[in-house]
Amino acid sequence: MLEIKHLRKSFGSLVAVDDVSFVVNAGQLVGLLGPNGAGKTTTVSMIAGLLTPDHGEVLVGGQRLAGDTDPAKRRIGLVPQDLALYDELTARDNLRFFGALYNLTGRALDEAIGAAMHLVELSDRIKDRVKTFSGGMKRRLNLAAGLLHDPDILLLDEPTVGVDPQSRNAIFDNLETLKRRGKALLYTTHYMEEAERLADRIVVIDHGKVVADDTVAGLQSRVAPVEDIGGVRANLETVFLTLTGRSLRD
Amino acid sequence: MAFIQVIPLWAMVRKDLQIFFSDRRAVIMSFAVPIAIASFFGSIFSGPSRTTEPAKISIIVVDQDQGTISKSITDGLQHDKNFKVTTTTLEQARDTVRRGRTAAAIVIPTGFGDAAGLALFSRREKPQLDVVFDPSRSTEVAMVRGILTQHVMEAVSKEMFAGPRGRQLVDETLNSVDSMPMPEDRKKLLRDMLGSVQSFYQQNQADPNAGSGGGLTMPYTVREEPMTAGSNIAYNGYAHSFAGMGIQFLLFAMANLGIEVLLERQRGLWKRLRSAPVSRVTLLAGKTLSGTIVALMTLWVSFGFAMIVFGVRIQGSLLGFIGVSVACALMAATFGLLVAALGNTPATARGVTTFAILIMVMLGGAWVPTFIFPAWLQQATLVVPPRWAVDGLDAMTWRGIGLSGAVGPVLALLGFAALFGTIAAARFRWEEA
Ligand SMILES: Nc1ncnc2c1ncn2[C@@H]1O[C@H](COP(=O)(O)OP(=O)(O)OP(=O)(O)O)[C@@H](O)[C@H]1O
Ligand SMILES: [Mg+2]
Repeated sequence: MLEIKHLRKSFGSLVAVDDVSFVVNAGQLVGLLGPNGAGKTTTVSMIAGLLTPDHGEVLVGGQRLAGDTDPAKRRIGLVPQDLALYDELTARDNLRFFGALYNLTGRALDEAIGAAMHLVELSDRIKDRVKTFSGGMKRRLNLAAGLLHDPDILLLDEPTVGVDPQSRNAIFDNLETLKRRGKALLYTTHYMEEAERLADRIVVIDHGKVVADDTVAGLQSRVAPVEDIGGVRANLETVFLTLTGRSLRD
Repeated sequence: MAFIQVIPLWAMVRKDLQIFFSDRRAVIMSFAVPIAIASFFGSIFSGPSRTTEPAKISIIVVDQDQGTISKSITDGLQHDKNFKVTTTTLEQARDTVRRGRTAAAIVIPTGFGDAAGLALFSRREKPQLDVVFDPSRSTEVAMVRGILTQHVMEAVSKEMFAGPRGRQLVDETLNSVDSMPMPEDRKKLLRDMLGSVQSFYQQNQADPNAGSGGGLTMPYTVREEPMTAGSNIAYNGYAHSFAGMGIQFLLFAMANLGIEVLLERQRGLWKRLRSAPVSRVTLLAGKTLSGTIVALMTLWVSFGFAMIVFGVRIQGSLLGFIGVSVACALMAATFGLLVAALGNTPATARGVTTFAILIMVMLGGAWVPTFIFPAWLQQATLVVPPRWAVDGLDAMTWRGIGLSGAVGPVLALLGFAALFGTIAAARFRWEEA
């Protein structure tokens, strides 16, 4: 469904993403893991068409995106790392605007809004201004805004930052629902337990480079012999630290 | 690629308007503040209406001479409709002028009348009249100087041709002609002339009704007609001030719209906009359109208020007024785009644009009319867009010029809009990291 080939992007002398390749299939959730500044957001931005890669290509259903207005962009839904919402507007007005960007109008738009709000369990707050929402509610609305046009591919950039366990679990349930519906999900996070719970595959990047691309079990088996010496079963956290080192980033 | 998509376009306009009206501060800044400031400026610069007397300039006359002529000058000034005259001592006069309570003090020194009388006919040294003035009120002082000339000439010549003191002075002059340093033939002519003046006196005394009272008078009077829309329409200072303030605040509103784009970018909203299949032209057009609508509302609400409360009327072409307004709003909206394209952070952009707008509207004549500016500056300010907007709106309101008067400003404003739009489109940051 989504194929990334040899993506590369530099900002001045800094190479933020360096030869990154991976695949996300339908009905699959791929976790994109990496420390701060690893190049996760930059990768997601290139996939969504926000940044032009210096090199490499993004294939959606085997096709390259051709320009700003390529209808294939409808197949991608972006859930940005920032809470990209208009605080001054109501939840409904936010979604009406984002839906209209995908040419949704009238009944189709209202239905899409209803479904998305139902999924993230915000239906009763639809007429409230976003500025009255809690952090968790905003995160869920941020997710709903990326789903309106029913994309096949969902790019989720740290969708659970700053939310309580309740909202986080709600979001996980939403993502599992979407996965069952056959969506291809790319999920960016620093939280290992999230990846363990949700991901079918995990791509670890560091300093812009892919350092591992495997299933959760595969990754654990890779590092297990070393870490098992202390009798501790290797979890993803130790795998992650082994792969990316312990030095501080940023 | 370069096409406008209607549904996203209207969604952008709708969203921008919703956000504008949800921000109470923005609404007050765009509607209430310009009305308040324009009302204030309008009341200051409003021309005199036909029914009321013009404001009198207050002056002081210090008569140290106390002679016939000096009293006659004082009397003339006191009866002049332009002045409110008080008389006092020199010290008090200087103090009052220094404190700014009067525009000028006229000091008639001792012996002025006689000396002026003698100087009228001969090349004697001319006596000096002192004018002590407030340097901050030079326009009023210029007026004082002009009117003073008239009264001094009238008083001196009247006395010399008709008064008893004049008669004495003529006699004196006649006696001293021999000792004057001039050729004999000139002396003879002067004697003849003064002799005729003497006969004129004697005639006047024999029959007081025969003469005209004598003396030189201004050989003309002036009828002033303010050149505006029509003979029964007065200059309305409010028309100008509401145009000026409307433009200033619509520019502020548009700069805000540009800064809003920077905020949207900071908040990640442009990631959503850019990830959707919407063309760049649509995004820019949406911003331009919503900006134009907000700018037009700002201007027209302000004018609507002026029409209802201050009786401002569109004396020129209504179509021209609409044309100038729309072109001005478009110019302002593209100016907002320019802010969005060139601005870095919202905070720095706000500082720089506030400064730029204040300079532009000041040079454009939004605060004080450009005709007060020196000639070179009047020419130079043609490069700032508000100048064209102010001139265009003035032309369509109180000047009462027809549609032809709108063509220049509309074309100039559209030119600025094209320029701003082109630069903005070229420099806009499309990459969202
Ligand atoms: N617009 C930009 N200009 C310059 N450098 C940038 C820009 N965007 C990102 N970078 C740099 O590129 C590198 C990768 O950034 P990116 O945001 O992709 O990391 P990330 O993995 O998403 O980090 P985080 O976990 O903190 O979100 C970082 O070093 C960052 O400073
Ligand atoms: Mg990131």
